[in-house]
Amino acid sequence: MQLLRLATTGSVDDGKSTLIGRLLHDAKLLLEDQVEAVAASTARRGGEGLDLSLVTDGLRAEREQGITIDVAYRYFATPTRAFIVADTPGHVQYTRNMVTGASTSDVAVLLVDARHGVREQTRRHAAVAALLGVHHLVLAVNKLDLVGWSADRYHEIVADVHALAAGLGVAEVHLVPISALHGDNVVDPSPNTPWYVGPTLLGLLETLPIDDAVAASTGLRLPVQLVIRPRVGSGEGRWYAGHLSGGSVAPGQEVVVLPSARTTTITAVEGDGAAVRVQLADELDVARGDLLAAADDRPIVVTELEATVCWFSEQPLRAGDRLLVKHTTRTVPARVVAIEHRLDVETMEHHATDVLEMNDLGRVRLVTATPLVVDAYRRNRRTGSFIAVDERTNATVAAGLVADRQGSGEP
Amino acid sequence: MTMTDDAPATASIPSILDDELLALEAHAIFVLREVASECERPVLLFSGGKDSAVLLHLAEKAFAPGRVPFPVMQIATGHEFPDVDEFVRQRAASAGVELIVARVQDSIDRGRVADPGPLASRNRLQSVTLLDALAERRFDAAFGGARRDEDKARAKERVLSFRDAFGQWDPRNQRPELWQLYNTRVRPGEHLRAFPISDWTELDVWRYIGADGVALPDLYFAHEREVVARDGMLVATGPHTPARPGETPWREIVRYRTVGDMSCTGAVRSTATTVTAVLDEVIAARLTERGATRADDKFSEASMEDRKREGYF
Repeated sequence: MQLLRLATTGSVDDGKSTLIGRLLHDAKLLLEDQVEAVAASTARRGGEGLDLSLVTDGLRAEREQGITIDVAYRYFATPTRAFIVADTPGHVQYTRNMVTGASTSDVAVLLVDARHGVREQTRRHAAVAALLGVHHLVLAVNKLDLVGWSADRYHEIVADVHALAAGLGVAEVHLVPISALHGDNVVDPSPNTPWYVGPTLLGLLETLPIDDAVAASTGLRLPVQLVIRPRVGSGEGRWYAGHLSGGSVAPGQEVVVLPSARTTTITAVEGDGAAVRVQLADELDVARGDLLAAADDRPIVVTELEATVCWFSEQPLRAGDRLLVKHTTRTVPARVVAIEHRLDVETMEHHATDVLEMNDLGRVRLVTATPLVVDAYRRNRRTGSFIAVDERTNATVAAGLVADRQGSGEP
Repeated sequence: MTMTDDAPATASIPSILDDELLALEAHAIFVLREVASECERPVLLFSGGKDSAVLLHLAEKAFAPGRVPFPVMQIATGHEFPDVDEFVRQRAASAGVELIVARVQDSIDRGRVADPGPLASRNRLQSVTLLDALAERRFDAAFGGARRDEDKARAKERVLSFRDAFGQWDPRNQRPELWQLYNTRVRPGEHLRAFPISDWTELDVWRYIGADGVALPDLYFAHEREVVARDGMLVATGPHTPARPGETPWREIVRYRTVGDMSCTGAVRSTATTVTAVLDEVIAARLTERGATRADDKFSEASMEDRKREGYF
């Protein structure tokens, strides 16, 4: 059994609620009491049968009540894979929600209405997914029944999507022609699309290669979470525990402790999967917040940081503002030196600005009180990401992605 | 739809942790270590139920070969199953952690809550006892075994759920959780609820229990006991739950899907004596068809009970 994390986005108008309901229903994953509740709810609204958009009705109810719409997590499993779905609403605060959902996802599923094709919203969602380093973009081209199952219309959209993806630098794009309402190509293949030979949406999600997020494209990265001293009778020596955040780790490996830059050798490794603990050959002063890295592939140690941030707070961000930056297991005070530009995700253009408003994406330059040990976000999502906290309110006010080049002012 | 055609292959329990369980375990351990490192006084809420048993098991792995660096706390209604009480004591002792017992009876005696009467459920009173115990001992983080697949409302709750000085959760004002970067900051008097197994489903919990050998109270497996039929459930008879007039107790082979307060926790008919057999039943319950037998209705009642109860934490 494998685990795939995906983010779905789109508005109710695109049929996202119906699609999620259809996936769960056709894959026989709804509980009997859920099906009965949906049938009753459908009847109350004057409908017949099952209105599958009501399965995940929470969002609609919230919209009617004016409550903030937010990321919701859903879970389902098929014989081969377990799926964690970060369900992100399309309209309201889409940047914050999309950034949050995409930050933990391997795959983004975007809905496109076949009647409207690629719209501004599709561009924005694809751009945010690309920026956040989601490896696979899946476009579910929905409501094909409303364009008479037209192969020509579908292929027009395919061409537009490939052009969009090329512009964003997304490597893997997949399209599936579906009708969420009628169930075509969602779980079961459709007789209405003889011109489509690819997998159904669920078939695709079950077979997409899962990128080894741990290996990333860097060597060993092990941020130290805590130092463990054994219980009496449980061996000797200190263990350094953390979550493997790049490369691999094995006894005999030469590592560098950063930011102190002392080198040593791994003598023991224990743990399952990414939750590991290691011992080192030398008695070094290693504490939480330090990072063990491959000696021959080192991250960089900085006190000046260029990053793209998504700003979450109602109070705008300006040069001179102070923030707490949490990066891996290290939290440091930081100051905004400059706001360099705002990123327009519809056009991907940079606009000069000295302020970032809520839900803006933009490039900032930070100075930190003590060093951070970073990789570019594009090389490693774990050592290339950070959050910012407002020290007065303790609110999480920004998500940050470490830029490729530091100190050059370039992207 | 027949079960043989549709039963997911998740029925099988891997002999070692598979990719999915490893990923879920590593994330839970990460959260346990982060909160233990950044919060001053964490505590683990330990009812002896399966989710909290998994949580304590994960905590032992997170801090091995060292000691689990925080106490565990049981919120006792006074209506616990005696064998679950015993399991809680034994498990805390074998983990080498302090066991704190916060009693609903003390909250009643101190006038913090009204006494609902000797035979009534004390389930809803637990929140007051919990909040008082957290405040008295100045705990700033409480680990719980709640999962996001339990119901719609919980689908949006965070892994670290912030509570204000009155212990309240404000779903409209939650901290966004990005990557694996958790904001653990609280002011004095405020606290966090930390849910390391947020992303686990009920199937994941049972698969993990089987694959990693998590100890559970015997009540989770089929055994014979005296029961009465009440509110569509099978309720075990005992000092706090005697048979009421008109109820005829009988002996039945049952097991529990959740082990809460005796007065409000129903048993299900079952012959499942192993984790694999329990898992088969859990999957069968998920695939219950419309017009199912009465026994299956009770199954589904029990599952709702499950959600309501565990929602407290």
